[in-house]
This record gives sequence, structure tokens and C-alpha cells, in this order.
Amino acid sequence: MLFEKVRDIIAEQLDVEAEGITMETSMMKDLEADSLDAVEIMMALEDEFGVSIPDEDAENLKNIGDIVNYLQDKIS
Amino acid sequence: MENKVALVTGGSRGIGREIALGLSRKGVNVAITYNSNQAKAEEVVEEIKKNGVNAIAIKGNSSIEEDVNHIVKTVEEKLGTIDILVNNAGITKDNLLIRMKSEDWDDVLNVNLKGVFLCTKAVVRGMMKKKYGKIINIASVVGINGNAGQANYSASKAGVIGFTKTMAKELASRGIRVNAIAPGFIQTDMTDVLKDEVKEELVRNIPLGSLGSPKDISNLVNFLASEESDYITGEVIRVDGGMAM
Repeated sequence: MLFEKVRDIIAEQLDVEAEGITMETSMMKDLEADSLDAVEIMMALEDEFGVSIPDEDAENLKNIGDIVNYLQDKIS
Repeated sequence: MENKVALVTGGSRGIGREIALGLSRKGVNVAITYNSNQAKAEEVVEEIKKNGVNAIAIKGNSSIEEDVNHIVKTVEEKLGTIDILVNNAGITKDNLLIRMKSEDWDDVLNVNLKGVFLCTKAVVRGMMKKKYGKIINIASVVGINGNAGQANYSASKAGVIGFTKTMAKELASRGIRVNAIAPGFIQTDMTDVLKDEVKEELVRNIPLGSLGSPKDISNLVNFLASEESDYITGEVIRVDGGMAM
């Protein structure tokens, strides 16, 4: 499922446990990602899903749910 | 540094050649880039291989993004991910400002500054994944002190110094160290073209009283590329016999 894939990518990138991550988890507030982490996550997602995420879209992707919903729209 | 992989831009001659050879003596696998002289580049590769490491030469212009991406991809395929990047490629097109053509400005800025940006951008992702990397930018003392007749060159090298410090800040959290070396008057093809009287005047201004050799730069690159310098980042080190004090 999309959520699990996104969760695993983020967990790996930030070196945190995947179990604690939910749709509501905020990358920066809860997982303490910095701006460079955010860019790396976006690049990893782009590679995994074969999409391009423009900077202006990436800015609005704050929590995991945002990313999952965004990718859902992009892929379908 | 054994089995690490280094990319040295402009490694077919001058300071870059000596840097490539110096790293290979420490067991580093080395890729060099060259712009036109394939025979010279191949010669350096053969010389490097004598030190028992892998080496390749890749043709490409470091100021063209497609070339740079091709170069980095080739290195990663043939030697592995890059641990050490030495941004060395540089050109001069000297003239007094009032006679300097706009193309001369663009050419020098493109190779010397944009090339550093593009190469750094292309390798940094791999280094971020590894949480370790060494980037060494070859600047120049004229980027610190200026030099009549080198508006383009000195501006490009001052730009490299600013870029070095910014990269050091941006990438420190990923374990990537970024430093610059500012060579003074080093004996290479680039300085051989200067008139004798110009050279004599330059040497008079060097406290240590002589030109430097490419080896003087290579020695420092080996240090900055090694773990011994892991607590140093964002630094600009002059290797100039005291010239720019």
C-alpha cells in the first residue's frame, strides 16, 4: 500500500522506527527532519514513484498524510 | 584512504595531474576529467595505475550540466560512489577590464565557478547517503587579494571561496567537509605563459622566494581528503609561500 511505502522511505531516510509513523505524523515537528532531510525525502519519493515533485508542491507536504494524498493524485 | 574513489576535474595536466597522482599514491582510485587532450589524459591514467589503483579519464566540460552528469554516472559505474571531489578545472583569459570581452568573462566564470557548482551538485547526493564526503575546491590567492588583469579569474575564484563556505554550512550535518585551497604562484602551463619580467616581479613578492610546485598543492589535498582533517570544514588555506599575507 502507498502509505506503507511512503512510511518506509521516510523511516529509512530519517533513521527512525517505521511503526510509530501515522498519517498525521509531521516530518519536521514529530520526526525532527531538517530542510535537507525534506529535500532528500522528496528525491527518494521521486525515484521510488517515478514522479517529479516541484518545489512549490513540496513546500505544502508537511505530514505523511499530505504526501500520501499528493502521490495518490499524481499516480492515478 | 585506501579504496576510496576520487574525482579530479581537469586532471590531465598542471596541478590537477599532480593531485590525481598524489591521491593514487595513497591508494585512492581516481577518475580525472579532461577537456581536449585525450593523449595526455590517458598518460596520466597509465601513470596512476602504476600505483596499483583503478583509474579512468572521462572527456567532458565541467560547465555543461549534461557532461557533468555523464561524468559522475560513469565514475559511479566504473569505480564506485565518489568519496572525494576535487574541483580543480580552471582556465584563464586575462586582460585589463577595459579590453576584456564579455565572452572572456563568461567563459572563465562558467568553467571556474559554474563548473564547481555543477560538479558539487552532481556528487553530493551520493555523499549525503553515505553521510561522509570530502570536497576540495581549488581557488586562488587572487580570489582573496585580486590581481590587475584578472577581473574574471579573480571574481571566479572569490566566488569559489564563498561557495565553499556555504557548502560547508549546508552539508556539515551530513558529514561532508568542504574546504578550499588558494594556490599562489605555482609552476604550470598556466603560469608558463607569463612574461619573464612579470614572473620575476611576482617572485620578488613571495617571502619564501620561489614559485610553488604542483606537489605543494597535492600534499595539502591528500591531507584534506584524509580522515586526519575531519574537524576542518569551510576553511581556505593559502599555499603561496607567504605571498598573500
